[in-house]
Amino acid sequence: MSNEVFLRGQDITRRWGGLVAVNQVSVTLERNCIHAVIGTNGAGKSTLINLLSGEIALSGGSVELLGEDVTAWTQPRRARAGLGRSYQRNTIYPSFSVFENCRLAAQATHQKGWSWWQRADRCPVSTEAARDAAHRAGLDKLLDRTAGMISHGQKRQLEIAMCLATGPKVLLLDEPLAGMGAEETERMLAMLDELRPDHGILLVEHDMDAVFRVADQITVMVNGTVIASGDPDFIRNSSEVREAYLGEGH
Amino acid sequence: MDNSKAVFVGAVFVALALFPWLGAGSYGIDLVTKIMIYAILALSLELLVGSTGLVCFGQAAFFGIGAYAAVLLSGEEDAASVLWLLPACVLAAALYALAVGALSLRTKGVYFIMVTLAFAQMAYFVVHDTALGGGTDGIYLYFRPGLGEWLVLDDPVTMYLFSLACLIGVFAFLAVLLRSRFGRALAGIKVNEQRMRGTGFTTYPYKLAAFTISGGLAGLGGFLFAVKDGFVNPELMSWHLSGAALVMIILGGLGHLRGALVGAFAFLLLQELFKTEAIFGDFAKHWHLGLGIVIIAAVAFLPRGLVGLPEQLRKRLAGVGAGERGGSLKNPLGEAKS
Ligand SMILES: Nc1ncnc2c1ncn2[C@@H]1O[C@H](COP(=O)(O)OP(=O)(O)OP(=O)(O)O)[C@@H](O)[C@H]1O
Ligand SMILES: [Mg+2]
Repeated sequence: MSNEVFLRGQDITRRWGGLVAVNQVSVTLERNCIHAVIGTNGAGKSTLINLLSGEIALSGGSVELLGEDVTAWTQPRRARAGLGRSYQRNTIYPSFSVFENCRLAAQATHQKGWSWWQRADRCPVSTEAARDAAHRAGLDKLLDRTAGMISHGQKRQLEIAMCLATGPKVLLLDEPLAGMGAEETERMLAMLDELRPDHGILLVEHDMDAVFRVADQITVMVNGTVIASGDPDFIRNSSEVREAYLGEGH
Repeated sequence: MDNSKAVFVGAVFVALALFPWLGAGSYGIDLVTKIMIYAILALSLELLVGSTGLVCFGQAAFFGIGAYAAVLLSGEEDAASVLWLLPACVLAAALYALAVGALSLRTKGVYFIMVTLAFAQMAYFVVHDTALGGGTDGIYLYFRPGLGEWLVLDDPVTMYLFSLACLIGVFAFLAVLLRSRFGRALAGIKVNEQRMRGTGFTTYPYKLAAFTISGGLAGLGGFLFAVKDGFVNPELMSWHLSGAALVMIILGGLGHLRGALVGAFAFLLLQELFKTEAIFGDFAKHWHLGLGIVIIAAVAFLPRGLVGLPEQLRKRLAGVGAGERGGSLKNPLGEAKS
């Protein structure tokens, strides 16, 4: 596997006052590779995603997206360049329909803000992308439902669908499986498999069974620092990881 | 806008168009002209507050600039042509809004409210305390603008119909705008700006464009006001008017264009009612109190405003409407609809 690098974070650091939430973390996302980041609560996983996506500013380090240094880019610009992210806590548009949630996300790649006389719901680009993303996430039957009224698991699916609707090359997924039922989890893992060949995927997840099933590479964080990184077998057998994170039982 | 709402709005405009021929006296014509002009102001504010989630407390400044521009740009010898004076007034207000927006949109929440108020107060003091604005007494318009024989705005019925045409134009423009990609982006910003940025929208230009358009539309209202009254004074820019415009859209129902329309009518008709000595006698002097009480009651009992009333009654009749009071006002998350 000679793989293109889609995203590279180098020595990523973020301080909040005295707290170093993320400390000199380097991650690489390649095509055809799911890179899982695991770690205890408060380890800095979500902060890492926020830093890579540009939602918060770096205290140090650099980010490279599809071969370009994007460290100084704003979040919307990184997103338009192909960086998609989902949120740990649902960040949908609760008053819109499921379809409109996806359509508006898709509109980001085709904004045309000046064409004020054309109806948004007749925009062929965004409506098609929205339908496609909703289909991939298994939301076909819910398109007309109000997003705030669907179940928690379905909102998690919508969260992913909105992320896919922008047609990103890189996916940063923050605990996509949290709160999902067994069936929904299976669908999500199948979808990740499907996306793997042409995306660079960073998966933050607490569900260890799922992580060890889909991940090609695993990075373990504790208190903002990477303590181990490697393929699943290496992580499973690392005594350091066992001690610090997985515990004796695993 | 689904069918029943379109029918409602259409019926309102038809009724307004017929009103001068339904035995409306000069008092009625004058009052409804004034209300329609305020409805344009309310609609301009609805674009910001109801559709984009930006609570602007300085809308009167744009209204006032449109009005002052109409008077200051009109000649003292001859009537100006509406064809250039109207766009000039809209442009003047829009430019001021562009400047105010460029600075105030860097702040959020309460700070945004305060900054927009501060800029409006600045405009107020410029017309109140400098030679430009004629001080407290204001300035008179020598000649009403028009368009030769085609449009003689000295005639109250012509003024009425011209104001109605402008109102319909503004309403239609906003209705089209809000369902465009631009309008949907504004709705997204209102509901969840963080997500908008996360998916790739640089939100600042959208908000600035909305702010500028809103200022321009308020300026159109100001232009009409100056032409109708033939006179402007600093009170047009006072925070009282900014506040009244906010009350109108809240009373009517935030997040709906027809809410601004209904709210403007309700607010000004109530004000007129409480000012009527024939009904309230001496109490008419204290009309602020009566109006205030009604508005508080309306906000308490109509969480979705007057346009939400039919739905509320339907639910009440179906026996499921209890216990959802206040939600839409505290955090107006409702999707913008016309
Ligand atoms: N805005 C903030 N200001 C100050 N500290 C913060 C902020 N956001 C996060 N932190 C701190 O940074 C650390 C890392 O938080 P983060 O949310 O990244 O952890 P996490 O690994 O995602 O945890 P979890 O598994 O619970 O989601 C925590 O100690 C947290 O309290
Ligand atoms: Mg987290």
